[in-house]
Amino acid sequence: MIMANKIRLRIVTPSKMLCDKEAEMVIMRTTSGDTGILPNHQPLTTTLDYGILRIFNDGKEQAVAAFGGFAQVSPECITILSDAAEWPEEIDVDRAKHSKERAEKRIASTDSSIDILRAELSLRRALIRIEAYDKYRH
Amino acid sequence: MASMRDIKRRIKSVNSTQQITKAMNLVASSKLTRARNRLLDTRPFFNETRSVIAELINSSGSISNPFLEKRDVKNCIVILITGDRGLCGGYNVNISKLAMNYAEKGKAKAVTIGSKGRDYLKRRNVEIIKSFTGISENPKYSDAQEISKLVIDMFTKGETDEVYIAYTEFKSTISHEPKLVKLLPADADDFKTEKDKDGVSALTIYEPSEEAVLEYVIPKYVNTVIFGAMVESAVCELGARMTAMDSATDNAADMIDTLNLLYNRARQGAITQEITEIVSGSGIYD
Repeated sequence: MIMANKIRLRIVTPSKMLCDKEAEMVIMRTTSGDTGILPNHQPLTTTLDYGILRIFNDGKEQAVAAFGGFAQVSPECITILSDAAEWPEEIDVDRAKHSKERAEKRIASTDSSIDILRAELSLRRALIRIEAYDKYRH
Repeated sequence: MASMRDIKRRIKSVNSTQQITKAMNLVASSKLTRARNRLLDTRPFFNETRSVIAELINSSGSISNPFLEKRDVKNCIVILITGDRGLCGGYNVNISKLAMNYAEKGKAKAVTIGSKGRDYLKRRNVEIIKSFTGISENPKYSDAQEISKLVIDMFTKGETDEVYIAYTEFKSTISHEPKLVKLLPADADDFKTEKDKDGVSALTIYEPSEEAVLEYVIPKYVNTVIFGAMVESAVCELGARMTAMDSATDNAADMIDTLNLLYNRARQGAITQEITEIVSGSGIYD
């Protein structure tokens, strides 16, 4: 059997198909930790956490900020279904910084009416966006 | 016979109506193109989600999940998707009627999207749990998430045993079909018929576990179905408005033609009469 050395990666969000291309390796943040996927991986279905998804191809590294969803891996193809996913170039970093500040304020405040869980989620999203923007933007 | 001035006034009023319907037609058709592209963009996500569930159910056989279990139906909910605005032919009424039929039979409560459907059901004394307005023309995924969270919460708490969704399916620009689809509990047999493409699913690993993945995926599926239905209905509303306005413009043109004919006849009549009067006044035939 000829072993393909590339795997097809498709990232689908409700509003559009973000990406459909080849990759040598993909590292994704699943709910049980970072998982690297190489071509000819055993079939796997897993849920995703908020995090940066890294794509390695032709010696280059690309990143996508992905927020939840799940991934389905077959030997030839990775399909990622995410509620929201963005290329670093698409990220509105000012908005992310703004929401980071707001979320931090909320968490720090003693007001019991504030939904801490929601604020934390929003903070995590903002941090991931900022990290993706700073580190991986071309 | 109506006087010349009356006819002229009618022509003017029909003409200005025609201008409005023409403009609405153009607006609707340009919006329709955009909405159709959006619909195409949402389809892959829907299909992929569905195929993951199909694979899970096919490979595991007897998996148990509260979202797949049928219960005795005591309470049910229908989600009705309509537009916020009229002037779109039978679009709002057709789908509202379908939902109403169901609500009457099963004594269902309703969650409505769009003010037209809300008003329709309210007038007929259907209990409305929540209504959303201002989102039907340009539905966002977050809107769908909010709605699905509402119904899923009610379903898990046991406040409802079945959830249906009434939306309009887009077949082509001129053909739309009102549809009523069961959302919860999801029917496992519904997915079983879909053939598994790879045939490798028996080897698939599920992380953290099959149950956990299924528990995560089914609410996601409900989200996508609601979102897809909203996008599809939005396209239908625009399509319906476009066709309705197109025929209104045609009708206005026909009306103007008839009125012009009447006007000319009246004008000719007046001239003939005037000539007769002049001739008889001149005393030539005396």
